[in-house]
Amino acid sequence: MRSNRLGWWLLSPTLLVLFLFGAVPFFYVLWLAFHQWNPFATNPDIIYNGAENFRRLVFDTAFLNSLGVTVAFVVFAVLTELVIGYMLARAFMRDFPGKAIFRTIHTLPLIMAPIIVGSIWKLMTTPSIGIIPHLLDEWFGYDLNIGQSALAAFTITVIMDVWHWTPLVTLTLIAALVSLPADPFEQAQIDGANKRQIFWHITLPMIAPAVVATVFIRLMDALRTVDEVLMLTGGGPGSATRYLGVHIFKEVFPKTNYGYGSAISVIVLYLTIVVCWLLYVGMLAPRNKK
Amino acid sequence: MKKRNPWLQTLFWVIISFLTLFPIYWLFVISVKPAVDLFSTPDIILRGAYWQNYVDVWTDRTLRGYMLNSLIISSGNALLCTTLGFFACYALTRFNLGGKESIFFWTITNRMAPPAVFLLPLFLLMTQVYRIGDFTLLDTRFGMIMVYCTFNLPFAIWTLRPTLDGIPRELDEAAYVDGASSWKVISEVVFPLCRPGLAVTLILTWVFAWNEYLLAATLTNFNARTLTTGLSEYVTTTGTEWGIMAAISVFTLIPALIVFTMVQRHIVAGLTFGAVKG
Repeated sequence: MRSNRLGWWLLSPTLLVLFLFGAVPFFYVLWLAFHQWNPFATNPDIIYNGAENFRRLVFDTAFLNSLGVTVAFVVFAVLTELVIGYMLARAFMRDFPGKAIFRTIHTLPLIMAPIIVGSIWKLMTTPSIGIIPHLLDEWFGYDLNIGQSALAAFTITVIMDVWHWTPLVTLTLIAALVSLPADPFEQAQIDGANKRQIFWHITLPMIAPAVVATVFIRLMDALRTVDEVLMLTGGGPGSATRYLGVHIFKEVFPKTNYGYGSAISVIVLYLTIVVCWLLYVGMLAPRNKK
Repeated sequence: MKKRNPWLQTLFWVIISFLTLFPIYWLFVISVKPAVDLFSTPDIILRGAYWQNYVDVWTDRTLRGYMLNSLIISSGNALLCTTLGFFACYALTRFNLGGKESIFFWTITNRMAPPAVFLLPLFLLMTQVYRIGDFTLLDTRFGMIMVYCTFNLPFAIWTLRPTLDGIPRELDEAAYVDGASSWKVISEVVFPLCRPGLAVTLILTWVFAWNEYLLAATLTNFNARTLTTGLSEYVTTTGTEWGIMAAISVFTLIPALIVFTMVQRHIVAGLTFGAVKG
């Protein structure tokens, strides 16, 4: 076996860069989280205040509300993406004219910048100029106003996320479905299983690892959504779409509440890592070792 | 299974494609409308195009500068991340380094952080600590190239892992037995076999860097401002210049679309770190 020293040399630039631009900022945030610091307040000094920020966090309704809407957003968005993505993946399994073109079209939203996705949906939903409120009003007499209705704003952010990311789910599930062996399905059909039974007892268990991998990726990105929502609703109306990423941004920048903002950041990062780690260790790592 | 009419399926996909494309189409419609027409009744079908918004964007020297910045930053970052990611991943898959699974997971935690978490510390570090002589990293292209490594470098490592795992170790061992140096093994045995994976990584990291907004909005002022940030300058408290905003969006979209169609078939493995084979 070659010496491991070469291995560490090859790895060191990466570790150095991630240390400087990942770990150091993180420890800085961690340190700030135990201090009170608002450079533009009457007392601009950095004052150590122990776990006060974290204590405040537990009782902070703004934070708890943000956590709640984030969970709702992630659950609704990821579940919808899974269901629609699966149906589309099944539809793609068959042959039909123009399949390649439709596949390309369907994947287009994937590479669009979140900020542009936000702008597009803002263009389409802003009350006076948007096409969606206009058509809803004309056809159903329904007045859609994402600037006033919390439910409408929440729904539009979910729809935007579904539009942006369902293609990813479709692609991964196609990849999973393509690699399935045919035998179990033929056997089940001979045994007289109906479609629903085949789905629950054969298809789903066999594509489960791919579904978990997809959920892992989507969860990781949905939890850190900022740009799209910031552009579309700015977190409003009120705090209806103030997801964690947006909440931190607003707490840190306009309010310049650096110490408290840091405490929120630490907790959010911690929660994200724990959830992802459980998914990774439980479902993905055993597979990668194979 | 029973046969379905293929043309019916095509019809189904026409509807799905319409839903997918409509927002992009609407962006284009807004971009070719004069401002005065925006508030009249929205018309789904485009009647006549007004290209002034595009001319305005293209002749705006500031925006052209932003575009150049975007190009330099995303290309520099993609090259850097793919190179470092390749060496790191080679080291992680070929050597028995202690704690290698933990190192592996640690790298991805950098990508999990909501970008807002890193805004403040990076801002402060870049003004005060990360200086090179009198030169701070804040508002420089070099600084942004480095900052984007936080989320793109882990991505590159995770994307390249399945590729490198897929190359049999026996291949490099055989080359060593034949007396090749480490450098020769990497450059002449492993690298050529990795080319498709490296291409996907390069293009996806490029797209991510090109698309990034929040960090660029905070950490740049003028010298290193990117195109996505230029976009938000047209949403102001006194009103939004929708047409210009839409035209910039279209400009931002085009390069990403072009590079994307080149790797479209390999994208699944890249976006899911090879957890699902495409």
